[in-house]
Amino acid sequence: MTSALNPKYSFDSFVVGAANRLAVTAGRTVAENPGSAYNPLFIYSGSGLGKTHLLMAVGHAAKKVAPALNIEYLTLDEYVEAFHAAIAAGQGDAFRRRFQNVDVLLVDDVQFLTNRKEMQSELLRLTEALQVGGHQMVLTSDRPPPDIADLDERLISRLSGGLVVDIGAPDYETRVAILRRKAEERGAKFEPGVLETVADAESGNVRELMGALNRLVAFQAVNDRSINAETAKQLLGIGAEAAPGDGGKGAAREGAAPAPRSGDEFGDFLADVTVTVGKAVEAWRARVGEAVLRWEGEGYRTRRLEALLERDTPAAVDQVITAFTQDVERLKELEAEVAELDPQAAGQSVFRDPERLGEAEVVAAKVRDGAAPPPGPSAAFPLGAYAVGPSNEVAASAARAVLKQPGKKYNPLVLVGKSGLGKTHLLNAIGLELARGKRAVVACLSTQAFVDELIAAIDGDRVDWWRARYRRATALLLDDIHLIAGKERTQEELFNLFNLLQDKERQLVFTAPAQPHTLPGLEERIASRLAGGLVAELKEPDREVKRAVLERMLGQHSASPDPALVDYLADRPADSVRGLVGELQRVVGAAAAQDGPLTAGLAREVLEGQAPRDSRRSAGFRTSGIVVSSLGGIKSREKMVWDWSDVADRVIEEFR
Amino acid sequence: MSLVNFTTREITCKIVYYGPGRSGKTTNLHYIYGRVPDSRRGRMVSLATQTDRTLFFDFLPIDLGQISGFSTRFQLYTVPGQVYYNATRRLVLQGADGVVFVGDSQARQLDENLESLQNLQSNLLEHGVDIRTIPLVLQYNKQDLPRELILSPADLDDALNFRSLPSFSADALHGKGVFETLKGISELVLKKLAAGTAA
Repeated sequence: MTSALNPKYSFDSFVVGAANRLAVTAGRTVAENPGSAYNPLFIYSGSGLGKTHLLMAVGHAAKKVAPALNIEYLTLDEYVEAFHAAIAAGQGDAFRRRFQNVDVLLVDDVQFLTNRKEMQSELLRLTEALQVGGHQMVLTSDRPPPDIADLDERLISRLSGGLVVDIGAPDYETRVAILRRKAEERGAKFEPGVLETVADAESGNVRELMGALNRLVAFQAVNDRSINAETAKQLLGIGAEAAPGDGGKGAAREGAAPAPRSGDEFGDFLADVTVTVGKAVEAWRARVGEAVLRWEGEGYRTRRLEALLERDTPAAVDQVITAFTQDVERLKELEAEVAELDPQAAGQSVFRDPERLGEAEVVAAKVRDGAAPPPGPSAAFPLGAYAVGPSNEVAASAARAVLKQPGKKYNPLVLVGKSGLGKTHLLNAIGLELARGKRAVVACLSTQAFVDELIAAIDGDRVDWWRARYRRATALLLDDIHLIAGKERTQEELFNLFNLLQDKERQLVFTAPAQPHTLPGLEERIASRLAGGLVAELKEPDREVKRAVLERMLGQHSASPDPALVDYLADRPADSVRGLVGELQRVVGAAAAQDGPLTAGLAREVLEGQAPRDSRRSAGFRTSGIVVSSLGGIKSREKMVWDWSDVADRVIEEFR
Repeated sequence: MSLVNFTTREITCKIVYYGPGRSGKTTNLHYIYGRVPDSRRGRMVSLATQTDRTLFFDFLPIDLGQISGFSTRFQLYTVPGQVYYNATRRLVLQGADGVVFVGDSQARQLDENLESLQNLQSNLLEHGVDIRTIPLVLQYNKQDLPRELILSPADLDDALNFRSLPSFSADALHGKGVFETLKGISELVLKKLAAGTAA
C-alpha cells in the first residue's frame, strides 16, 4: 500500500534557491523535531517544482535523526485505495489504528480530496488523532488548502493550522544549479554555455527542465558528438520559433531533405520514447515478467504474477514473487511426495497451480492417508529375546551381519528351517532392528498377506499405488516365501520388486521351510535369486537354545525358575522351539490347575503321562506358523486373519 | 503478438497508418524515413503503382536501439487507401499494436474519412479487436491547404473524433505534425504495454 521513499530524493540532492528556501527550512525543522514544530506542515506548489522530492527528503532526514521512527509516505490516492481495501475487508478499525501509530505521515497530492467527502472526514479524524498524539504530518498539494475545491471547512482550518508554505518557480541561478547537478548525476558533460542556454529558456518547471536536459543527453548519446550552445538552442526549439512550412514544396516526396523543422526530430522522438519506455518497463515489471516466463516454462499457472502486471504500482512486488516461488516449491515437494506414494495421483493439474496450493495439500494429505507404509515387523519379536545357540549360530550371525551392513553383505538373506525353529522370530527381529534406522521403511509381512494385498490392489485398480508402496521400502522381509508357489502374478511382481530393491542395495530377507531350489511351484528366476544371497539354515534347537528359551519364558512367570525344571525340560528331546514351548505350556497349565508350584517333578508327571491331563486347552493354537500363547509371550499380529483387513473385508463381502 | 519480450529483451511495436486513399499515409512514412539516421532505419519497402498509389503496403522498420535494456524496434506500415483493397488492409492490420488514422482535411473528403474509419472498425473486429481498446490517434492531414477547402481541426474533431482520442493537425508533405503524431501513438502503445505485458 505504501510507497517506499525514493532514496534519490534527499535534502542533499535538493537544490535550494530563493524560491524554495522557506519550504526547505521548514521541512528540515520538521524532520529534526517531528510533531513539535509545524504540525501539520503543508507544502504547495505548481507541478514539477519539487514537492514530492521535499516530502521524501523530510522522511529520509527524520529517519536519519531517529531510525526507530515509524515513517509512512503515500500519495492521497494510495491512502484512499488502502482505505477502500480496508473497508472492503472489514478492517476499517485496523486501518485507522495503523495510521494513528505512524510517527511521521507524509501525504502527497492532497488536492485530490476534491469530491471525496468520506475521505475528507477520514483524513480529518486522522489529523486530529495524529495531532493529539504528537505525531507529525506533512502534506503537499498543488494549491493552498482553501483553494482545494469542495474541501470541508474543518479540514481547511486543520490543514492550515500548522504552517503552509509554497515553493515558487526556480530563478535562473537555481535552474543552472539544478541542471549542473542533474547533468553530473547522469554523468553527462556539456560544453560551457549549454546548460545556461537551457536554463535561459525560462522554464518555470523543474520537470520540464529535466525533459530538456534528457533530450540533450539523448542527442549526445545518439550522435556521439558534443553539443554547443547553438545546437542546444536549435534542439530545444529556443528562439527558433520561425514560421514552419516554407521549406520548398515537393522536396519531401523524395524523403531526402525535407523542410527543416525543429532540429533533430528523430532524436527528439527517441528521447521521448526513452522516457516512456523507462516508465513502462520499470525494473519490477522486468522481474515479474521473468518470473512469469520461468514458471510458465515449467508448466505452472502464473495468474497471481500476471495480476501484478496489470496494476500500476503494486506494493511489495518482490514479496509476491518470493511467496509465489515458495508456493511453487511447496507444490513441487507435494508432487514429488505424491508421485512416490501414488504415481497416478501425481499428474493432477492442482499440482501446477499455486493458487490452488490448499487443494494440493488436501490431495497430498489424502494420498498420504491412503498410503500407509507397508506392514512393518511385529514388535513381539525383539532381537534380544532371540535365543542363540550352536544350532542357529549361522543364521544369527548372518542376521547380525545384515544389520551391520543392510543390503550390502548378504542380500538376500534366506532363513531356511523346519516349522517352529524361530525363523519368523528372527525375521521380525531383523525387521525391528532395521526399522530403527533413520527414514527406514521396513516392509515385513507374511507372503500370504503380500499376495492378498496384491489381489486387493488389482481388484481396486491401484496396482501402481501398491507397487509404489513397496518400492519405497528400504527393506523387504517376507515370511514363508514358499506360499508364493503357483501365484504367477505375485512372482512376477516380486521378481521386479526384488531386482529394484537389490539394485538400490536395500535389504531383502525371506524365510522358507527348505532350500529355495527344492520348493515346488517357485519359478526358477525367483529360486535362483533367493539362492544367490545367503541361505542360512536353522537346525533343531540345541540345549543352549532350549535353556535360554525356557529361562526367558519361566522368567516371565516367576522370579526364580526352578533350575531342576529347566534342566529337565532342556534335556528332553524337542525338534523345535515351538514343541518345547508347547511342553512348557502344558506344565504351566497343570501347575495353574493344581495351584501348585512349577517343579521338575510336576513336569515329569505331566509330560511322562502319569498325571491327569488338564482339561483346559493350554497349548495355544496355531495360526499360520506361530503359537498364540496364553502366557502372552509370543503373538504375531500379522498372522491373525482378523488383522488382514483386506481379507476380512472380502470374506464379509462374499458372505453377503 | 508479444509487444515486450522479457527473455530476449525486445520491444517491437507495429504501428499501422490507416485512412482513406490519398490522405497522406505514405507521405508520413516518407517524412519519417528522411529523418531517421541511416544506421537506424531499414529499407523502406514501398509497392506503388505507376501513379504513385500504394498498391500493397509500405513498410518502414526503425531501430531505436537499446532503451532501458530493451532493444526497441518500431515497424511502421501503411495500408492502401482505395476501397477495393480491403483484403490487403485487413492483412496489414493483423497484429497491429497501434493505429494512426490519417484523415484528409479537405471538406469534400469528409465522407471518405468516415467510411474509412468505419472500415477500420470492422476490419479490427475481424481480428477480434475492439476499436475502443487498441491505441489509436487521429491525424488531420493537409492542414496547409487553403482555408476555404479544408475543415478546421475542431470541425474534424466534431465529425470524426467522437471518442476524444488524441488528434494532431498535420502537413505531412512538409513534416508538420508527423513526429508529433508518431510520438502520440508511441506513447499510447508503450503505455498499454505497461498496463498488460505478459500477454
